Amino acid sequence: METIEAVLREVQLFEGLSHEQLETIAGCGQNVQFPEGELLFKDRDPAESFFVLRHGSVALETFVPTRGAVVIETLEAGEVVGWSWLFAPYRWHFDARALSLVRATSFDGACLRGKAESDPKLGYELMSRFAQVMIRRLQWTRLRLLDVYGDGHRS
Amino acid sequence: MATAADAQTVAGPMVPQPFRVTKRRRELADTWTLELEPTGGARVLPAPGQFTMLYVFGVGEVPISVSGDVDGPLVHTVRAVGAVSRAICESEPGTVLGVRGPFGNTWPVETALGSDVVIVAGGIGLAPLRPALYAVLRQRGEFGNVALLYGSRTPADLLYRAELGQLRGRFDLEVDVTVDAAEGGWHGKVGVVPKLIDGAHFDADSAIALVCGPEIMMHFAARALLDRGVPPDRIYVSMERNMQCGLGHCGHCQLGPTMICRDGPVYRYDQLERLMAVHEL
Repeated sequence: METIEAVLREVQLFEGLSHEQLETIAGCGQNVQFPEGELLFKDRDPAESFFVLRHGSVALETFVPTRGAVVIETLEAGEVVGWSWLFAPYRWHFDARALSLVRATSFDGACLRGKAESDPKLGYELMSRFAQVMIRRLQWTRLRLLDVYGDGHRS
Repeated sequence: MATAADAQTVAGPMVPQPFRVTKRRRELADTWTLELEPTGGARVLPAPGQFTMLYVFGVGEVPISVSGDVDGPLVHTVRAVGAVSRAICESEPGTVLGVRGPFGNTWPVETALGSDVVIVAGGIGLAPLRPALYAVLRQRGEFGNVALLYGSRTPADLLYRAELGQLRGRFDLEVDVTVDAAEGGWHGKVGVVPKLIDGAHFDADSAIALVCGPEIMMHFAARALLDRGVPPDRIYVSMERNMQCGLGHCGHCQLGPTMICRDGPVYRYDQLERLMAVHEL
């Protein structure tokens, strides 16, 4: 069976980290799975972890009165789900639902924050890498806000 | 490959030739595909990426990309957004429209021989790319991995939906689809089309990327391709402006030093990136 460290080596987010750093992060991880339809986490619940998806896809959803659950974005194998574990008040901002059987590696947020505090170099690496994920998603969100397909382009 | 010069008939390239609508199919709420045959004159022989000027007598003329197999009848997919395009969409079989062209340059299908091909389309931008996809699939063995990445506003806005389903069934083509927004009943991806580039299977150093959609979407897609490592001179985008004469004479479609109707609409990204950043153009 593949070790968690080996899983991390395949994830773009952790590319370039040293063996020791990967080992440290892997020490806070465990493999988990969710059947289709199950929530990985729920809006406003404590954000105690993040997930690296190994198989399946996940929808980030929010509940809109009169419309029900609205999918904000879907995430696929290889992507990271969740950054609220890194920032106070450590609470989720959306629901995350398995769209199919999901196999993931879950990382304990408190465990990683503790290690980051005692190893600022690791803390910097984690912070800058998660910032990249957030920047990328912010850019995609901005693109969606433009509603680029709604202006009659390209007849 | 037919060129604007080939389009010159005895009457000249500025005179529309009569074509009869032979088929009309609704694609989306506001988008129709028409097949046209000449009423007696020469057939139009476009290459992938080219456009014609479609004229509705008494209403006006607009540039429309060829969206069908270039070996078949002339096919255009048209979104009704103004008086002329609405009149085209309302043209029942039997209606006679004027056609000038084909005009413009082509997608670099021959340049891509031997390479992986990534086709990135947004919204109705899939229509101008479809002839290039057909050309690639017709000689499928001559290319490496081929990926079609397509995004639309909602599931109801997905163009050629049934055909996309068939293409997904091919083992020699990667098809990935996403929508910007979806509610109940959609089981596919939600997110912008440039995001699909991360997950597509192609060799970034040697792939050729063909991108078509709203200009800002092409900008983001090109950046995602560059981030993956695709060289800027292997990314091609299709531009549109106010094309009127189709010959580069009238100047309406000028973009800096280039006339899109004559020198484009297909450009290498490294040649266009600087111009796309100039707000006044």
